[in-house]
Amino acid sequence: MPLIKGGRFVADPWHALSDDEPIPEAPRLIVSYARWLKERDVLALLPAQLGLRLPNDVSAAKLGDDLDRFALIALSFPRFTDGRAYSQARLLRGRLRFTGELRAEGDVLRDQLLFMRRCGFDAFTVSERALFEDWLQAFREFDVFYQPAEDRQISLLRRRLAAARGDFTVA
Amino acid sequence: MYRYDSYDHRFLEERVAQYRDQVRRRLAGLLSEDEFKPLRLMNGLYLQLHAYMLRVAIPYGTLSSRQLRMLAHIARRYDRGFGHFTTRQNIQFHWIKLEETPDILADLATVEMHAIQTSGNSFRNTTADPWAGAAVDEIEDPRPYCEIIRQWSTLHPEFSFLPRKFKIALSGAPSDRAAVRIHDIGLYLRRNEAGEVGFEVLVGGGLGRTPLLAETVRTFLPKRHLLSYLEAILRIYNQYGRRDNLYKSRIKILVQSLGIARLRDEVEAEWAAMDKEELSLPEDAIADMARHFPAMDPTPAPADGDAMRAALAAEPGFARWVEQNVAPHKVPGYAIVNISLKEPGATPGDCTGEQMELVADLADRYGKGEIRVTHEQNLVLPQIRRVDLLALWRSLASARLATANIGLASAIIACPGMDYCSLATARSIPVAQRLALALAPREREIGDLQIKISGCINACGHHHVGHIGLLGVDKNGEEFYQITLGGSADEHAAVGAIIGPAVKSDEIVHSVDTIVDVYLRLRADGERFPETYRRVGAKPFKEALYAAH
Repeated sequence: MPLIKGGRFVADPWHALSDDEPIPEAPRLIVSYARWLKERDVLALLPAQLGLRLPNDVSAAKLGDDLDRFALIALSFPRFTDGRAYSQARLLRGRLRFTGELRAEGDVLRDQLLFMRRCGFDAFTVSERALFEDWLQAFREFDVFYQPAEDRQISLLRRRLAAARGDFTVA
Repeated sequence: MYRYDSYDHRFLEERVAQYRDQVRRRLAGLLSEDEFKPLRLMNGLYLQLHAYMLRVAIPYGTLSSRQLRMLAHIARRYDRGFGHFTTRQNIQFHWIKLEETPDILADLATVEMHAIQTSGNSFRNTTADPWAGAAVDEIEDPRPYCEIIRQWSTLHPEFSFLPRKFKIALSGAPSDRAAVRIHDIGLYLRRNEAGEVGFEVLVGGGLGRTPLLAETVRTFLPKRHLLSYLEAILRIYNQYGRRDNLYKSRIKILVQSLGIARLRDEVEAEWAAMDKEELSLPEDAIADMARHFPAMDPTPAPADGDAMRAALAAEPGFARWVEQNVAPHKVPGYAIVNISLKEPGATPGDCTGEQMELVADLADRYGKGEIRVTHEQNLVLPQIRRVDLLALWRSLASARLATANIGLASAIIACPGMDYCSLATARSIPVAQRLALALAPREREIGDLQIKISGCINACGHHHVGHIGLLGVDKNGEEFYQITLGGSADEHAAVGAIIGPAVKSDEIVHSVDTIVDVYLRLRADGERFPETYRRVGAKPFKEALYAAH
């Protein structure tokens, strides 16, 4: 499936390991949360970089210090109407200071991409349609945002406050 | 009123362009109806029984005359000449063409209006006291906080796909005219022992299949933390609210299953862990917003005196209207004027384009261009000089807008029902019309009585909190009405109790008449219906209703 990262379509350098698949020699492996719980000791010793696929009903806070072992966390949208992963993403970026790749998977549609990026996602697994429709345009539809989120955009609240206080460093 | 700055204008232009492209993709077949549905719902567009319905947001029920004229224009240009004011202080247009909706939104944007989040599983319009800024008993004007909430909740990236819709209400006065306790989050402005003003925060109210009243989660929240605390509640709800069953997805069910104490623990823990600084509201931020809603000049208007006394004596219709529809104002010489959209026999909440134009003109001439919409589906002119009341009444009467029934039996709240709505199981409008006509002749004797009708279990007509509530149900193709008694939506909020088996549609007038008879027979001096009901219980009503059959 196509992957959007950094505002363009890129090749996916990660291998997603299914739960019953033997561990291959690969530089980057994404494992499920269930497999991580079961085979943590083996997986932790691999030379590969690790990614974790976290279900949307498991809080990222549960990972504790293990979070540092992952260079990628994949969060899931089983249906695009199921918005739990937005909160997971904000928790990971804002409070747990996760700096690796945060990938949106599942029912990832064009009109949710900007919401996802604002919540801290920086990679998006999308359907083939994205290649011939104008999905990248979705990131550019707004440049005015009312509330603060994880994308470091200055919210209107802060922007106006700065203007009212005569602070022009906040453009 | 809040006036847009260049950012707000740019945001709305971006939104209209985005929506126009979404409609283009839908019409070109690039989006399936399933994919388009949540997008159009985020813009207030429903597909109903006969046509598309567009619900336009009227933030916290506040309108300028210019905006009301635009609504009149939309009614005439894109609909059949009228609009329907809702129990959410919004307006709906019921005969809309999909391909024209981008143009409607562009027209609305010229007067700083939109249809964002008037449906869908996200924040809805914040409900507020329609007498804000004018009420005698107000602690503070709630509108600056409502606007702060509106902006924070607009296209919120984390909370646009909640388990279910989410409604917030805010009252600045101890008399609750915003039905605070039937909202997902209710906020009362309160003064604490130190004299500071903050919020009491309530969570978990709602009607529908499981009517519940919101419970207090925090007795006093300093103003500066309003948004961070709301965000903490929403984050708990977004993660733990049920998504497996549409009817159990509102936050009230989460409150019910966890209990308010555990929910409080969860919210407070989340709030403690949050970075509150980004969302904090320093005093100058609040003052900045409050400047959009300047306090009224406290200079009293001229006393109405002899001319008014003469007019009241000469015009009994005027006297009745003043008694029923005009409320005291915090500035002497001024009045709050309520305009009833409940003429007996008409559709509750409907208003023609011509009527909207007239109200806009009258607001300009007599009322500083301000209009409010109430959750009872009426309009309000919040600052009218008492010396202008007679002229105002005459103009209103010329357009059938001077019905003197605010708070009375014929001022029935009703949802659009099966005449429009694809969810409805019964026709609420004709029932409301028949009841209003039957009760109007003796409504002054009856006094304060709120009748609320919903055409289905989703309870848009708020029947659970009517003094007398009627719920339309379908029994093998025949319409029946379930009757609840003793509900109330004010500061003594209560959910009504079902009195007995549902009655047939053609018996409903007789049944309500019977209930009213019992009330008139048993009420003590000055007692309103809910008080009598609480005192005497269901039994006498039940006996009168069902013994005859």
